[in-house]
Amino acid sequence: MTSRIPRTIAIILAGSAMAVAGLTMQTLTRNRFVAPDTAGTLDAATLGLVLGAMYVPSAPIYLRMVIAVVFALAGTGLFLLLLQRLQFRDIVVVPLMGLMLGAVFNAASVFLAYREGLLQTLVTWISGDFSGTLRGRYELLYVVAALTILTYWFAERFTIAGIGRDFAVNLGLDHGRTVLIGMGLVASSSAVVVVVVGEIPLLGLVVPNIVTLALGDRLRRVLPVAAVAGAILLLLADIGSRTVRHPYEVPVGVVLGVVGGFAFLAIVLRSRGRVG
Amino acid sequence: MSVDTEPIRGEPIRGGTFRPRRSIVVTAVIGVAFLIAVACFMTYDLRGSLSYALELRARKVAAMTLVGVGLSVATVLFHTVSGNRILTPALMGFDALYILLQTVAAYLFGTFAFLRIDVRVRFLGELAVMMLFALFLNHIFLRRTRGDVVLLMLAGVVMSGMFRAIGNLVARLIDPNEFVALQDRLFASFSSVDEQLLGASAVCVAVALVVVWRMRYQLDAVALGHDHASSLGVDVDRVTRVSMALVAVLVAVPTALVGAITFLGLLASNGVYLATRTFRHRSTVPAAALAGATILIAAQFVIEEFFAFNTRASMVLAFFGGIAFIALLLKEQRR
Repeated sequence: MTSRIPRTIAIILAGSAMAVAGLTMQTLTRNRFVAPDTAGTLDAATLGLVLGAMYVPSAPIYLRMVIAVVFALAGTGLFLLLLQRLQFRDIVVVPLMGLMLGAVFNAASVFLAYREGLLQTLVTWISGDFSGTLRGRYELLYVVAALTILTYWFAERFTIAGIGRDFAVNLGLDHGRTVLIGMGLVASSSAVVVVVVGEIPLLGLVVPNIVTLALGDRLRRVLPVAAVAGAILLLLADIGSRTVRHPYEVPVGVVLGVVGGFAFLAIVLRSRGRVG
Repeated sequence: MSVDTEPIRGEPIRGGTFRPRRSIVVTAVIGVAFLIAVACFMTYDLRGSLSYALELRARKVAAMTLVGVGLSVATVLFHTVSGNRILTPALMGFDALYILLQTVAAYLFGTFAFLRIDVRVRFLGELAVMMLFALFLNHIFLRRTRGDVVLLMLAGVVMSGMFRAIGNLVARLIDPNEFVALQDRLFASFSSVDEQLLGASAVCVAVALVVVWRMRYQLDAVALGHDHASSLGVDVDRVTRVSMALVAVLVAVPTALVGAITFLGLLASNGVYLATRTFRHRSTVPAAALAGATILIAAQFVIEEFFAFNTRASMVLAFFGGIAFIALLLKEQRR
């Protein structure tokens, strides 16, 4: 019970947070393929984690979280800045740029970790894994819950901002600020997830796509469903990761990477023509 | 057959005076840079037994040249066949597949037993699987998603992610001690190149290059798009198929030789497109080949001499390659 209750709570929080983060990013950037993994957010947070481990190794986890969040915000900000300089926001180019930005951050992390002999540790950190979530080590995820609720609070504004800049301004909405608030919220929450459990790949990409395919784009209606679906998917993946090679565990990130990859590929190939 | 694919912004023809084509000038400049890089690499800070050091360095230079040439030409080919300039074989999952292959083989046979298998047998096996993947990619994606770069890119990214995840999964099943031995093979390293393999690789790459060179005009036609090329009498499907097989060889050989290097081809090919301002393969292929080798040797030189081996060429290339890629995207968009 000391292991399973925290673990379950952690999974639910992380899963819903990643799904909501993906959904919000997709709405705000008006691109189906943007998620924390494809906007450089996760890699930026990881870079913050590495730098934190190098320069303030004795820092408590709270401080490390703050560093990772700052990096995630900066990384996402850079992504938005680059996005503004793109004149034609082609549906491929945006995630492609985000992925590259992530690759640059990742190269920096690996470079630093390699020099410090931290490479092995880095791999352990960033592969999403719930086996270490015991009481006292997961409570930070409640921050994520708060951020997710806040996202829900702003949901209608994000939907309007997602329709388009002119439309939003017409309705009296400060478009730039709304986008910043939204991206800031989800960047922070995914950074916290990275710090506590590691990177959870593809969840933020797959779940929102499926949910919006079924329910449409109005964020306030879709968001709770996405949150629940993300939690369910992550729970299933976690069960899978614990049973696939029983007594031992496989990181849940790996399981999601494989299963989510197949699922996503299938969706994309089937809905071709409709994509974009 | 010869097809006229003069670029839109060709050089102005000035009455009568001879002016060498821009692409020839560029190729010559890159060639000189290549020679300078090789010279620096071979002679800088040479100490101790001269013949030993020179031999060691010569072998490294040969390996790097092979890798640079192979990856760059593969990227140019891939760009032509897939009809865009941003995707690279590495982004389509070739690198990740190689890593997966190594890991799975190590798991099935045990790392040490695996590393003891005759290098040539291993090499051939790896080559065969990479070729199969290329044909699969050709079949499923290039054909079914013709012209749809969105799908191609997404499929590639997701597939690399999947290969990486499966590789990760298998890596967990391997004994940690063995994994360390394996991990050494996964990062590109020029320090320990097998001499026998070097010869075999050189032959493979050379054969592939000859085939590419002989197809250069057909490739020019294919670059115009499926319909144009067909109406010019080029069997596009055949050229695509052959090209993908060549890409597989040109990626698999360097990767099997030294490990994965992701961004080299992208940097070299796009640099060459920018500099030569042409898409004719008779210009871009040699220029890109030289550029790839030059970048790699220069990067390795800087790393060895100024960073005291404290990093790897592939990481530095990933960092600057990523930045260059983003710059490229922004530039493309502003046209």
